[in-house]
Amino acid sequence: MLAFMIRRLLQSILVMFVVALIAFLLFRFVGDPVNQMVGIETSVEEREALRERLGLNDPVLTQFVRFIAGAAQFEFGISYQFKRPVAQMISERFPATLELSIMSAIFALLVGIPMGVYTGLKRDAWLSKIFLTVSLVGISLPTFLIGILLIFLFAVQLQVLPSFGRGEVVKLGFWSTGLLTTSGLKALILPSITLGLFQMTLIMRLVRSEMLEVMRTDFIKFARARGLSRRAINFGHALKNTMIPVLTITGLQLGTVIAFAIITETVFSWPGMGLLFLQAVQNVDIPIMAAYLMLIGFLFVLINLIVDLLYVMVDPRIRVDSKQAL
Amino acid sequence: MSAPILSVKNLVVEFPTRRGILTAVDEISFDIAAGEVLGVVGESGAGKSLTGAAIIGLLEPPGRVAGGEIVFDGRRIDNLSEEQLRSVRGSRIAMIFQDPLTSLNPLYRIGEQLIETILTHIDMSPSDARKRAISLLDEVGIPAPETRIDAYPHQFSGGMRQRVVIALALAGEPDLVIADEPTTALDVSVQAQIIQLLKRLCHERGMAIMLITHDMGVIAETADRVAVLYAGRIAEVGTTRELVHNPQHPYTSGLMSSIPSMDGDSDRLVQIPGSMPRLTAIPDGCAFHPRCSRSLERCHLERPDEFTVNQSRVACWLYDKDAPHD
Repeated sequence: MLAFMIRRLLQSILVMFVVALIAFLLFRFVGDPVNQMVGIETSVEEREALRERLGLNDPVLTQFVRFIAGAAQFEFGISYQFKRPVAQMISERFPATLELSIMSAIFALLVGIPMGVYTGLKRDAWLSKIFLTVSLVGISLPTFLIGILLIFLFAVQLQVLPSFGRGEVVKLGFWSTGLLTTSGLKALILPSITLGLFQMTLIMRLVRSEMLEVMRTDFIKFARARGLSRRAINFGHALKNTMIPVLTITGLQLGTVIAFAIITETVFSWPGMGLLFLQAVQNVDIPIMAAYLMLIGFLFVLINLIVDLLYVMVDPRIRVDSKQAL
Repeated sequence: MSAPILSVKNLVVEFPTRRGILTAVDEISFDIAAGEVLGVVGESGAGKSLTGAAIIGLLEPPGRVAGGEIVFDGRRIDNLSEEQLRSVRGSRIAMIFQDPLTSLNPLYRIGEQLIETILTHIDMSPSDARKRAISLLDEVGIPAPETRIDAYPHQFSGGMRQRVVIALALAGEPDLVIADEPTTALDVSVQAQIIQLLKRLCHERGMAIMLITHDMGVIAETADRVAVLYAGRIAEVGTTRELVHNPQHPYTSGLMSSIPSMDGDSDRLVQIPGSMPRLTAIPDGCAFHPRCSRSLERCHLERPDEFTVNQSRVACWLYDKDAPHD
C-alpha cells in the first residue's frame, strides 16, 4: 500500500513537471508582455529596464528553473496588470471557485445517483421516462443558457434567489466562505445547479446503465435465489458494484467542473478564479494564466490520486493487484 | 417412495416474442421425494434450466409460467407473490448456478455474504451467525474456515468458490437444492469432488437435490432417478439404474450409446443424427420423430402419451399396446 502511494506520488510529480513546462512555454509564446504594461510613449531604454527587472533577458533555462522554484513555493510572481502578487490574488479567488465546484459536485451526486438507481431498477416506470427525457435536456442545453433560464425564473420572476455574487462571506483565516451565512448559501444554489446539471445527468445515465448491467449478473441472480431482501440486493449488492465507474467519472468531472467553472462564474458574476482568468487572457497577464494552469493541473492530479485511493477502498481486487504489480 | 417434497404438474413456460409465443417448457411433470437426487438431463435448450428457474420463481421476464402447477411440501408455490416467494427462496428451496466465479459478489468477504444470508432466514445474533457460517464452510470442506471466512471471493479457486456457493445455498437450511450445472465450469478432478460433496450433503441432511446437467456421467454417478428432457418435453423418467441399463425411449437409448464406454467393445461412438429443433420449429407429433430411427406414422401426427414400461414413464408411441401395429 505504501509502495503504491509512493509510485503514484512520483507519477504525480512528473505530471506536474510537464504542466509546469507548458505553463512556462506560455510565457515565451504569447507575445511580449512589456507591450501590454507600458504606454506608447515609453522609451526603448525604459522598456529594456523593465524587461531586465522582470528577468525576461535571462537565459531560458534560468527562467524555467526560477519558475519551477517559485511554483513549488506557490509563488508565481507579480501580475502584470494588477501589479499584485499572483499567489495572493489566486488565494482570494480560489475559495469561491472551490466552494461552487464542490457544491455542484455534491448536487450532481446526491441527485444523480438516486435517479440513476431508480431509472435502472424501474426501467418502464413513467417517472423513469421523465427522468431520462429531462436528462437529455440537461446534456444538450449549454451551461450559460441553463444559467440564464434559472436566473430568469428564480431571480427575476419569483425573486427568491439572488442572480449574482456570493452573498455575505465569512473569513476563516485566508479562506472566505459563503457556507456560513444564509445569503451566501442562497447565492450558491443557482450557480451550483447550473454548473452541476450536466454532471448530474451524466452520473444518472452512468449509474442507470451500470445498474442494468449489474442486475443481469449471476451474483445478483444468486442473491435473489438466496431470498435476500430487495433492498439488500439493490443497495447492498448492486449499487456498490456500480461505484467504480461512478468514482472515475466523478473524479474526472470534478476537475473539469473546477476548470470550466469559468462560464458559470461569468453568468452569475461569481468572484472566482474563472473570472480572474478571463481578465488575464484579455490582458495577456501571463503570470496569472500560468498560475491558473498550474493550479488546475495540481487539482486534477490531486483528485485522481484521491480517486485511486477510493478504488482501493471499494474494490478488494485492486488491493491485491497493486501488491502483485510491485 | 415417500411423499414428494416437490411435485411439478404439467408445467408450461412461455416466452412471448414478436413472432409469437415460444413454448420453452411444454407440459412437464415430475416429482422429487425428500432426500432424493433427481437428475434432469437434456441438450442445451431442452428447458432444463428454465424448469429450475420456474420452480424457484426466478424466470427472467418476459418468460412466464403459463400453465400447470408447482406444489412444494403440499403448498402451491407457482402463484405466490414476490414477497411470499422470498420466504421460500433460500430457506426452503435453494439454487446454485453453473459458474462459481460469477455467483459471488466480488466486493464482499465470503463471511459477510454468508452471515447476511443466515440472518435473512434465521433469527440469531450476528456472532452466532458467524459461528454458523464457519461451521457451514467446514461442512462443505473449506480448510481453515476460521481464517478463510474473511477472504474475498477472488482469493479462492474455482472449486473452492463452488463450495462457498454451496455453503451459501445451505445457509437457510433448505429442503430442496436446485443445482443448475454445478460442475460444468470446473475441472474434471474438481467436478468429482463437488459431486461427492453434494451427495454427502444430501445424505447427511436429508435434503433433496434437483441436479440439472447435460453430463450423463454425473447423472449416473449421483442421481437416484432421472428425467430426460427433449425440446421442452419429458421423454422418459425412471430410476437411474433402469435408464442407464435399460433405456426405453429411442432418445434415451441414443443418449446412452453416445457415452464413450471404457470397455472398448464398440468400435465407434453412436451419435444421434440431426440436432434438437429450435423452439420456433418444433415438429408436429413427437418432437423427436425426425431424428428417430424407429418412428411410426402416428409419431408425425400425434404427440405421444406417456406409458409405463417396467418402472419408467416413457413418452413414446412404441409402447402403446393398444395400437394396431402396421
